[in-house]
Amino acid sequence: MKRLTAWFSEGRSTGKHTLPFVVILLSVTILASAANLLLPADSVFYVSTYTITLLGKYLCYAMLALAVDIIWGYCGILSLGHGAFFALGGYAMGMYLMRQIGDRGVYGNPLLPDFMVFLDWKELPWFWLGMDQFWFAMLMAVLVPGLLAFVFGWLAFRSRVTGVYLSIMTQALTYALLLAFFRNEMGFGGNNGLTDFKEILGFSLQADSTRVALFLITAILLAVVFVVSQKILSSRLGKVVLAIRDSESRSRFIGYRTDRYKVWLFVYSAVIAGIAGALYVPQVGIINPGEFSPINSIEMVIWVAVGGRGTLIGAVIGALLVNYAKTRFTAIMPDAWLFALGAMFVLVTLYLPKGLMGLYGQLKAKRNSVMNKESQA
Amino acid sequence: MSTLDSTRELFRRDQVWPFLAPAQAEVNVGNQMILYVEDLNLSFDGFKALNNLNLYINDGELRCLIGANGAGKTTLMDVITGKTQCDSGTVFFGQNHNLLNKDEAEIAQLGIGRKFQKPTVFEEQTVFDNLELSLKTDKRVLPTLFSRLTPTQIDRIDEVLKTIGLAKHRFMLAGALSHGQKQWLEIGMLLVAEPRLLLIDEPVAGMTAQETERTAELLTSLAGERTVIVVEHDMEFVRSIARTVTVLHQGSVLAEGTMDQIQSNKDVIEVYLGEEAAAGEQA
Repeated sequence: MKRLTAWFSEGRSTGKHTLPFVVILLSVTILASAANLLLPADSVFYVSTYTITLLGKYLCYAMLALAVDIIWGYCGILSLGHGAFFALGGYAMGMYLMRQIGDRGVYGNPLLPDFMVFLDWKELPWFWLGMDQFWFAMLMAVLVPGLLAFVFGWLAFRSRVTGVYLSIMTQALTYALLLAFFRNEMGFGGNNGLTDFKEILGFSLQADSTRVALFLITAILLAVVFVVSQKILSSRLGKVVLAIRDSESRSRFIGYRTDRYKVWLFVYSAVIAGIAGALYVPQVGIINPGEFSPINSIEMVIWVAVGGRGTLIGAVIGALLVNYAKTRFTAIMPDAWLFALGAMFVLVTLYLPKGLMGLYGQLKAKRNSVMNKESQA
Repeated sequence: MSTLDSTRELFRRDQVWPFLAPAQAEVNVGNQMILYVEDLNLSFDGFKALNNLNLYINDGELRCLIGANGAGKTTLMDVITGKTQCDSGTVFFGQNHNLLNKDEAEIAQLGIGRKFQKPTVFEEQTVFDNLELSLKTDKRVLPTLFSRLTPTQIDRIDEVLKTIGLAKHRFMLAGALSHGQKQWLEIGMLLVAEPRLLLIDEPVAGMTAQETERTAELLTSLAGERTVIVVEHDMEFVRSIARTVTVLHQGSVLAEGTMDQIQSNKDVIEVYLGEEAAAGEQA
């Protein structure tokens, strides 16, 4: 414990973006929350509950993008299956919320969720036991994605599977889970997933105050994850991770067990994705197998690519911007969104290999060189 | 050994079971030998890259390996460092470490450093970080996460930076260095790790005459304290540093001795300096 506190207190200047990011994130969320709860609905500055929920959703996506960036931008492992970890975290939260419905379901069964009554099941499957406890469900929300990532990573990285083969395997992983969760016999609600949630920890999910609280918690956790990740990546472990990205065999020859580093980083990333999923479900009110679809996982990669991989702030900005664009775009021209997304990916790959953060860096370098010339003249 | 015998072996009271015995970190260099390579064979699709190769390196020696392309110099280094598995044979580091059942990272942690033909440094990181990563420390995941540079380690890095002449460039990205400087940085990464045995593949390729001279000085100063094996094509350079030279040909040792002995060896003249040279001598 002492070592942990010492580790956090040393070296305050870890990444120049951290402090401004945390300050902006928290102040915006607090202002928006206050505007929702304190102002009357006809005020100019009133923020609707719909907007609050939307923002909360964006922040979950930002956390997910962070997870993808840690593994892709810093360690060079392109995971096209991070949606799997996100959805597993989401399902853990969904199961807890299902158990909270109790006898208020359509069939009024105090123990079984509606879909089980519908399938004529007599008792709760073993993996639903304990899910009525919030702490247990939250433990599962990080443990299940973490364990899956550990097993997958252990097998893949030890046999030195890299590059495009690994990406295809992660894609297959999420697709397999998609198919599995579609089955009614799996006991996760099949096609329809889990929905019709009533309350969380005794607070109604429809109440404005609950929504605002969820939004605030998401923002705080995003800030915490951001700071911890920044800290990890600026330690010597972060340097080893970059070294593995740039030349894995060289890192082995100076004595690092690169497979172990990759496994643990993958697990860390999966746990973050699981947390993001668990925060996402109570805000959107549904979790279904669609979250496992490969398209979702690819979209996450695009968020990171647009924002700028290899910078945590870039991943967050990318996720927020692309999802905002998606919200606007699907409202105007729903059919064209996928084309726009594809075009965006192509453009970013061609012209902004380092994403928007890279553009910012280029502009700054240009301005500096112009200023240098002027000062010389 | 029969089952009975092996069971008896298990219950011998004067011995500790192998899996309970502490892993011996120290390299046993009794007999003054640090590396034993015996009967090494390796073939790629029928091509014999290594053919019954035997090589013994004394502790503290500076040994040069020469040989034409495809003679097996780099393959030998690959086998020693765990990059390639050999078909048969033994490789021992000291008397107690069998290198053939260890992976690259373990071998590196035992104290065998390697410099590649093509300089490979971590281009996106600073010169200082490159050296920090190579320090001789605990390289497991958790200790690395919580590790901090001690003043001794910083001094050590500074010292190496001075030795390799990159003190001014310590915060420069390694990718921005010139080719020769990258070679030096890679040598620095070896030095900072304090290895027992250094395997150096073509250290002076792409260096200016002046840089070559400095490299020669550095390598000769290392010998004695550390054991150095150098693979090099530049005969002038080999002459300037080598005390003992081993000539490889088609995967096995052709000749071994001082530079003068080697240069007057008939076999060597024939296969290494080319047939014309041999023909010229006869004429």
